[in-house]
Amino acid sequence: MPSEDAAPPLDVDQILADPGVRIVVCCGAGGVGKTTTAAALALRAAERHGRRTVVLTIDPARRLAQSLGLTELDNTPRQVKGIDVEDSGGQLHAMMLDMKRTFDDVVLQHTDPAKAAEIFSNPFYQAMSSTFAGTQEYMAMEKLGQLHARGEWDLIVVDTPPSRSALDFLDAPARLSRFLDGRMLRLLLAPARSGGRSMFSFVTASFGMFSKVVQKVLGAQLLTDLSGFVAALDSMFGGFRQRAEQTYRILQARETAFLLVAAPEPDAVREAAYFAGRLRSERMPLAGLVLNRVHRPAVPELSAADSLAAAERLASAGGHESTAEVLRAHAALAEQAVREQRVAARFTEAFPEVPAVSVTAQPADVHDVDGLRTIGEAISRR
Amino acid sequence: MAATEQPAESAGRWPARLHVVTGKGGTGKTSVAAALALGLAVGGRRTLLVEVEGRQGIAQLFGTDPLPYEERHLADAPGGGEVRALAVDAEEALLEYLDMFYKLGAAGRALRKLGAIDFATTIAPGLRDVLLTGKVKEATTRTSGQRRVYDAVVLDAPPTGRIGRFLNVTAETARLAKVGPIKTQSEGVSALLRSPMTAVHVVTLLEEMPVQETVDAIAELTKLGFPIGRVIVNGARPPVPAGRPVSAAELKRGLAAAGLPTDARTVAGLAAEARDQHVRRELEDSLRAELVELGLPLTEVPLLPAGVDRAGLETLAETLVRAD
Repeated sequence: MPSEDAAPPLDVDQILADPGVRIVVCCGAGGVGKTTTAAALALRAAERHGRRTVVLTIDPARRLAQSLGLTELDNTPRQVKGIDVEDSGGQLHAMMLDMKRTFDDVVLQHTDPAKAAEIFSNPFYQAMSSTFAGTQEYMAMEKLGQLHARGEWDLIVVDTPPSRSALDFLDAPARLSRFLDGRMLRLLLAPARSGGRSMFSFVTASFGMFSKVVQKVLGAQLLTDLSGFVAALDSMFGGFRQRAEQTYRILQARETAFLLVAAPEPDAVREAAYFAGRLRSERMPLAGLVLNRVHRPAVPELSAADSLAAAERLASAGGHESTAEVLRAHAALAEQAVREQRVAARFTEAFPEVPAVSVTAQPADVHDVDGLRTIGEAISRR
Repeated sequence: MAATEQPAESAGRWPARLHVVTGKGGTGKTSVAAALALGLAVGGRRTLLVEVEGRQGIAQLFGTDPLPYEERHLADAPGGGEVRALAVDAEEALLEYLDMFYKLGAAGRALRKLGAIDFATTIAPGLRDVLLTGKVKEATTRTSGQRRVYDAVVLDAPPTGRIGRFLNVTAETARLAKVGPIKTQSEGVSALLRSPMTAVHVVTLLEEMPVQETVDAIAELTKLGFPIGRVIVNGARPPVPAGRPVSAAELKRGLAAAGLPTDARTVAGLAAEARDQHVRRELEDSLRAELVELGLPLTEVPLLPAGVDRAGLETLAETLVRAD
């Protein structure tokens, strides 16, 4: 592949075996096999490199989750049984993120039970903890921070949420903490703090206007709920912000390795390129690109055109129908490979220094440990 | 130009006026939505293609500058039709909405500067969705004189994982706003979305996860009472008769007859490719059968080897509007 010729080869085993690497973050657009890649890397780290590994998945396919023993979503790492770790002495644990529960835990951690109960019953909290765009990303970061703080694992492999954009993973925590810490909330909160009756007693003219409009449009009940929510969360502002910043710093540290996951399709490659640029500007350690679902003909020297021409010769001569069929399929595969190389080159031309590895497309989807092991082999291919 | 009221050939197959296109990320729902808007505009009709997620997917697809919160000419359709495009932004929609009811003027701009608009749409995700769908409803039902401004509106909607919540605006806002115009607004939107004027189409690939999500989303949407239109299989290859894989000996004879090399490596390599292909096709066939079982109209649009450019979109559009 030209994409590999242009880019230095990515040595995944070196990363997985390095005791200095404690966190591997798999990121990229949705639908490129991110979760499968994360699970395959974690399995390999445990089986091949003897590391005590935990993989944090966000939204795994049902059958993949089952193959890892993740039958219930209990937000706690569970050891994966039936893997081959006798020689290496490694371990694999897996967990699925429960966004709401993680948020609840954060609240419980930062406040007393009575106040927590008050927060939990507030409709704004309910809406925010389950539907706020970015909550999932924030909670993934939070969970990562928690797992890291527990210090029980040599290696944490993180799958990132299937965001609208891969960048949400980096932006959401800052956005959420900015929001919870923001000027608007301060304004809403100020009267409550000073013990005033009205939430909006002192604020500016346009803000008064805003409150009037909000009252009219949304109704007074909503404002009461909102003010209750804000007041209850007030005690937690510092905690939220601090946690988000802490996790952010961990991601910048040398113990972290970011792996971009993409497929050779224009959208996925564009997302990967955005992300690579972003990681660079955030000074976060980008280890390489895993290009999934790459099609590679087994007989590369037989070109698409020659293969098609041969199929035509057979067809017009009659007989050998199945061979003609095989040749047409080969031609389609060869053409696809050329297209994919062109698409992948857009990334490697923009980021020639980023190591890359191509993983051949599997004929069928992966949903057992054997399949993950095969993927792990393919990613580690030198 | 007023849109004609004369039903085009496609109207019988795509009877709804509002087409909501969803699908798992990566299935090409934006391309399908754009192709549908193009196809339904053929023959002098006018359609509106709407996006609501701030992704600027339409602009990327058509290679234009980012779309503003404004209905813009996007493309001409064969036969004098027109596709317009709109990127709905929740903040702009809220300001527009407030202005409609309260004549905010400069105060609106001040609110934005203060972050109040961002705040209001952030604190209540349901509010954001009702604003987005509210704008879509307004465009769908807008008339000029006696005529509808758009013959059809195609919405590039949020992905399958979020679509139920996105469309179910009444439930979301009812939790937060118990009275007031937002509540009234959400009830109007809900009535349109649950009427025969609307059809929700789900785009999928013949791959396991997208098919699973399609099945799940259709169950959810049906339960919520939204009318499902079609299941659209993107990047489809025609089903093949389940033949037996070719044997090495047979392949070797065939290659010899075609004048190609018959060394062991070539034969084994091509046989392996054929085997993978066979596995893949069998999986596709079983996934296709799963989709057929849903009992909904199934439309397959072909894989575009050259990627989705303008010519590709027209191919997709043609396939869609001619669908059975």
